[in-house]
Amino acid sequence: MTVVAPGTGTRLVDRFERGLDAPICLTWELTYACNLACVHCLSSSGRRDPRELSTAECKALIDEFERMQIFYVNIGGGEPTIRSDFWELVDYATDHRVGVKFSTNGSRITEAVAARLAASDYVDVQISLDGADAEVNDAVRGEGSFATAVTAMERLAAAGFTGSKLSVVVTRHNVGQLDRFLEMADHYGAQLRLTRLRPSGRGADVWDELHPTAAQQRQLYDWLVRRGEEVLTGDSFFHLAGFGDALPGLNLCGAGRVVCLVDPVGDVYACPFAIHDEFLAGNVRASGGFTSVWRQSDLFLELRQPQSAGACGSCGHYDACRGGCMAAKFFTGLPLDGPDPECVLGHGEHALDARGDIETPRPAPDHSSRPRQVAVALTSSRHGAPGPAAIRMPTPDRRPDRSCDEHPLSGYAPGPVPTAT
Amino acid sequence: MPPLSPPSAAPFDPSRPYALHPQVALRPESFGALAYHFGTRRLSFLKSRTLLAVVQSLADQPSGLEACRSAGVPAEELGDYERALGLLVDSGMICERVA
Repeated sequence: MTVVAPGTGTRLVDRFERGLDAPICLTWELTYACNLACVHCLSSSGRRDPRELSTAECKALIDEFERMQIFYVNIGGGEPTIRSDFWELVDYATDHRVGVKFSTNGSRITEAVAARLAASDYVDVQISLDGADAEVNDAVRGEGSFATAVTAMERLAAAGFTGSKLSVVVTRHNVGQLDRFLEMADHYGAQLRLTRLRPSGRGADVWDELHPTAAQQRQLYDWLVRRGEEVLTGDSFFHLAGFGDALPGLNLCGAGRVVCLVDPVGDVYACPFAIHDEFLAGNVRASGGFTSVWRQSDLFLELRQPQSAGACGSCGHYDACRGGCMAAKFFTGLPLDGPDPECVLGHGEHALDARGDIETPRPAPDHSSRPRQVAVALTSSRHGAPGPAAIRMPTPDRRPDRSCDEHPLSGYAPGPVPTAT
Repeated sequence: MPPLSPPSAAPFDPSRPYALHPQVALRPESFGALAYHFGTRRLSFLKSRTLLAVVQSLADQPSGLEACRSAGVPAEELGDYERALGLLVDSGMICERVA
């Protein structure tokens, strides 16, 4: 990102907080179907939703993106390549000047696909990997997933695709492997992308065990200060800005302001980490379509109003971290106008202790293939109809006394950053 | 697939003709505009409507300097706008036009 002055004295970030005519960065989960079952999946993916947008509906949505001049979309899932019309949709988007970056576990990156991708200027690929070795990765993403991802990276490199993304969610177990990830990315002519683990989707079930410790947060911050210009972060770690210098990026929660998520059934959420009714702004199938949801939904208009610093108002670092991530707070049961659960000053931990053992909001909908690692309470589904039981709290296998239980601009910052003013 | 950085270009020369790079899209916004380069995947923020007007007029003007003048940039601010155009050349957003 480059900021090109001259301009008025208003900081760009203040403009962004009031929202834009169209998102800068839009994540589109094409399907909830997935051949993996990552324990931290932020969209609780697994099974395809029968109400998924049809090919024609997807194309109409792409037409809308073109009219709004949404330059590119981050396509994810689930595993988006599972959709039989995936390549048709990618071609349709790029033919309409909507660039595509898609996230994949690599399982469908054949040599032929790699060659095809290498020939396109408008398609970018992001391979997910959460450990620099099979042991660390597969514990989270499933057995064999490390080998699959590495094979995909090899095929892309062999086909001459440079600049793909190696995308890593930073956890307690891989935070010590950041240099190795960077070496891997370099080896394959790729760029490393690091994002924050959020307690969203199935991530809520494992956040306690997987999120970096306080000491590791500092380690991560120091690494990002040292190497941050070499990696993409999707502005993921702005909650760490309280440690000192702001990290590269906007350091802004872009939810509903400059980013949003469209899910496989057309629901529009404020950000990819907030799949919950609380952050549901509308559906692209409604009259007015996506444009109307983005420009007129009550939720998004509210998010573009000045937000209260609340309990963080007296903290000298508020201007830096802006209170952190809305979704991380929400799914850990913390007030949205208070500290982030991973507040670097420790205010989040105190808030979690003070909160006690409450029932945290459950991410919904859930499309997991297998019962989550929570006890199955056999309640009837939402509409009382027979069918698969909705899996709800309580979650007795979580520590009852746990000290606790989110870009936004995800995928954003397409370049090394700023000559900002 | 994109190169990671734009090919190095000659520095901006206000006396020469320029145009938006064919792979760049401009989206006007209240604060100015967003510019996105499909080839390098880089995003730039143009922080004023006047700069947007300058960039939009480049292709029709004989030089970068004339583009600034035609967009109404006051003489005392020409230096600032030339520096801004220089950044856009460096990031590949605008390029010299073959007249």
